[in-house]
Amino acid sequence: MFKRIQPVDKPVHLVFEEQPITACEGDSVAAALLAAGVTAFRQVARGDALRGPYCMIGNCYECRVEIDGKPNLQACQQRVRDGIQVRLQRGLRKPGERDEP
Amino acid sequence: MKDYDVAIIGGGLLGSAFAWGLADRGLRSVVFDEGDNAIRTARGNFGLVWVQGKGLGMPEYARWTLESSRQWVGFAERLRRETGVDTQYHRDGGFVICLDDDDFDSNVGLLEQLRREAGDGGYEFEIVEHVELRRRIPIVGDVPGATYCPHDGHCNPLRLLRALHTGYLNRGGEYRPWTRIGGLQARADGGFVVSAVDGKVVAAAAKLIVAAGHGSRELGSQVGLQVPIFPEQGQVVVTEKAAPVLNYPTNYVRQTDAGNFLLGPSSKNAGFDTSTEPATLRDITANCVRAFPLLDDFRVQRVWAALRVMTPDGFPVYQQSDSHPGAFSFACHSGVTLAANHALEVTEWVVRGDIPERYRPFHPRRFDVQANPASR
Ligand SMILES: Cc1cc2nc3c(=O)[nH]c(=O)nc-3n(C[C@H](O)[C@H](O)[C@H](O)COP(=O)(O)OP(=O)(O)OC[C@H]3O[C@@H](n4cnc5c(N)ncnc54)[C@H](O)[C@@H]3O)c2cc1C
Ligand code: FES
Repeated sequence: MFKRIQPVDKPVHLVFEEQPITACEGDSVAAALLAAGVTAFRQVARGDALRGPYCMIGNCYECRVEIDGKPNLQACQQRVRDGIQVRLQRGLRKPGERDEP
Repeated sequence: MKDYDVAIIGGGLLGSAFAWGLADRGLRSVVFDEGDNAIRTARGNFGLVWVQGKGLGMPEYARWTLESSRQWVGFAERLRRETGVDTQYHRDGGFVICLDDDDFDSNVGLLEQLRREAGDGGYEFEIVEHVELRRRIPIVGDVPGATYCPHDGHCNPLRLLRALHTGYLNRGGEYRPWTRIGGLQARADGGFVVSAVDGKVVAAAAKLIVAAGHGSRELGSQVGLQVPIFPEQGQVVVTEKAAPVLNYPTNYVRQTDAGNFLLGPSSKNAGFDTSTEPATLRDITANCVRAFPLLDDFRVQRVWAALRVMTPDGFPVYQQSDSHPGAFSFACHSGVTLAANHALEVTEWVVRGDIPERYRPFHPRRFDVQANPASR
């Protein structure tokens, strides 16, 4: 669906739900996932409908993912880093579960 | 120019409740409101339907508040049935969490004083010590205790506003936003003429309700209504969503149906300033984290400031003009809590053209030094 307009000159490697993804340094996590064809970022709180980025500027909170165990992070507001593990945000965060790995 | 039974100035929480109630009584009314960039407290509040601690020094207000919280049950149900909008009202009671012993003592003292003032009317609350509190709210921090009042509850105030507007419009009500009213004039035949700020006449009506929040002071003075209100700023913090863990609203934090935690609100006199600043936000979050330590690693999603419609003693100001009978003004803090009474009961006063004797304590005459021997 999305096509990169520039080649990936400085590759960064991440994993989304077991799927290895090559992004470009400076990408937001949302841009990297979208460029790799991922459109479902999270599962809604009630039911199993899937959601993906809408605004890409930090306003809508539709793009939330889990990164290295940290829940509810806005993928459009996070830059890619080598080796991060990104997962779907499944429903609501369980409070009390610690943020830091 | 159309002729209405009642013209309502202000489409916030008060004006919308009156509009809904008057339409329900079959009256033809119109609501004038400003636009999206106005000062609109209805859009920035905390959503509590709260009884606990209110009315010290004015038992009529304590009773009025309790009555509204009782009415809220059927009111929320009616709004849902008639408009399809669920206000997400819950009435499981609420806790005032006390962070230290002094805080605990003074809060209990306040509620005991309210109980004495209530006399036969009674005043229900419960002192909940730490161990029991932990049992009821497992996520509470290391605090000495709390007080609990079974009448407290909370709702989604934006949905409340929407439900009121929807119900009003469904009954043929007319809502005119982006129409800032500048002039209110008595007509020779007893009614009123309403004009916009540009001088254009926009309506004629037999009766008038001034419910313009912070705009009421100026508008009211044109028809003999003294509305002594001032802005008191409150800042609110909203966190990311989480699965439900807090089943009761509290004085510091409530969890919404969507899962977000609302923290705050602060209070300070800052004129008409609606900016937030870090120092206040830090105070809010620090206290809330003391009350509920698990919030420590929650991310903040939004913050805002809104302006309470505050009166000198914090109690409502309700009146009909002496010089211009038929012109009413209503202003109060706690427009969410009192929404049920405003919609169901106050509208009857307007129709009848008389505020019942037992609500006279809400008249601003009480601030008049000459008329009030107690303050001499
Ligand atoms: C931070 C905060 C937290 C709060 N929390 C709670 C709570 O938990 N529970 C509770 O019960 N209450 C709460 N409140 C109070 C509650 O929000 C107010 O009591 C209520 O909104 C007041 O309603 P109002 O209609 O008088 O004013 P508003 O809601 O401000 O509405 C007034 C309307 O009149 C319009 N207007 C003004 N001038 C004119 C004009 N000249 N012409 C046309 N239109 C005009 C304005 O645009 C506005 O839409 C809170 C308030 C704040 C600030
Ligand atoms: S896409 Fe809207 S907040 Fe990220």
